[in-house]
Amino acid sequence: MTFTAIDAWWWPYVFILVAGWLATDFWRFLGVYLGGRISEESELIVLVRCIATALVAAVIANLVIFPSGALAGTPLLLRIGAGVVGFLAYLAAGKRVIVGILVGEATLGIGLLAFP
Amino acid sequence: MHDFEIARSGGHEVRAAWFMRGARAAFSIPGLILASAFVGFAGLARDAGLTVAQTVFMTGVVWALPGKVVLVGAILAGNGLPAAAFAVALSSVRLAPMVVALTPEMRTAKTPTWVLYVLSHFVAVTSWVLAMDRFRHVPRPMRTSFYAGLGSTLVLGNMVVVAVVFLIAGRLPPAVSAALFFLTPMYFLTSLWGSARERAGQVAMILGLAVGPVFHLLTPDFDLVAAGLVAGLAAFGIHLVGKRRHQA
Repeated sequence: MTFTAIDAWWWPYVFILVAGWLATDFWRFLGVYLGGRISEESELIVLVRCIATALVAAVIANLVIFPSGALAGTPLLLRIGAGVVGFLAYLAAGKRVIVGILVGEATLGIGLLAFP
Repeated sequence: MHDFEIARSGGHEVRAAWFMRGARAAFSIPGLILASAFVGFAGLARDAGLTVAQTVFMTGVVWALPGKVVLVGAILAGNGLPAAAFAVALSSVRLAPMVVALTPEMRTAKTPTWVLYVLSHFVAVTSWVLAMDRFRHVPRPMRTSFYAGLGSTLVLGNMVVVAVVFLIAGRLPPAVSAALFFLTPMYFLTSLWGSARERAGQVAMILGLAVGPVFHLLTPDFDLVAAGLVAGLAAFGIHLVGKRRHQA
């Protein structure tokens, strides 16, 4: 039952609704329902945040290491290097996301110009 | 305190005014950074073979960017529906505590519950951070209107951003496309680190970055969930050990 398993116009929308909408709004609605019953500081919430953060980080690493499309034509070391340089710039600039994005992109751009 | 007096008197005009102020709050640096992340996401989705209608639809119904990036990642990897839903659900658990923190700030004795359920759909990192920051300057009875304006503007605005990027992305030179695809990882590398509430979150991020590609090679069908569980539990274990040592 993959995204392309059923050759009908509505199947991708059903896939997005179940795997996307249901899987996210379930937690939002649960949050409203629970109201003030769980503490932001409880250990369970810390565990939940750890798993969610690690999962998103895994996606990010895969986007850099195994990219598709135009990024796939760039050298692996350049992608990793641009990510590291951008991240260090973000830290050096006092955790300003915009600085990290701009420096990372600039590093990638310069690298592509230098090694076309 | 003039605004507070007006707010108490109620009235649709006042609600509309606070709705507009919320909408205007979307046009800010965090809003701009989010839009750039959606530019990257649109490129990613287009490349994964999704149509413009599917991607705009996904933007509206899922909204939170990490959930959408995971969903596109699962589609790219050819995951089945249950595995994809499980991975997205795992990546979105954090929305529950965010809503738990935000709801009491907006609720008054008169607020209908359905309003809170509808507004909760707008909760994602950027709107949540903006709301928690600006609510101090919004009278409590008007916060639902303010958040409705902020949230709906961010969602609709980024649905437009996604559609526009889809239409022009095919004509871009490869180097520009590469830069476009690089926006999503760059955005999350930085914002994920900044939004971590405790050191454990940053440890989880580093471990997740390290084991993600490993599991991608070992268990391609189940890589995201496996990496999230292994790296997340390890970070939590380190957190517990550190805490015990701190107390001893």
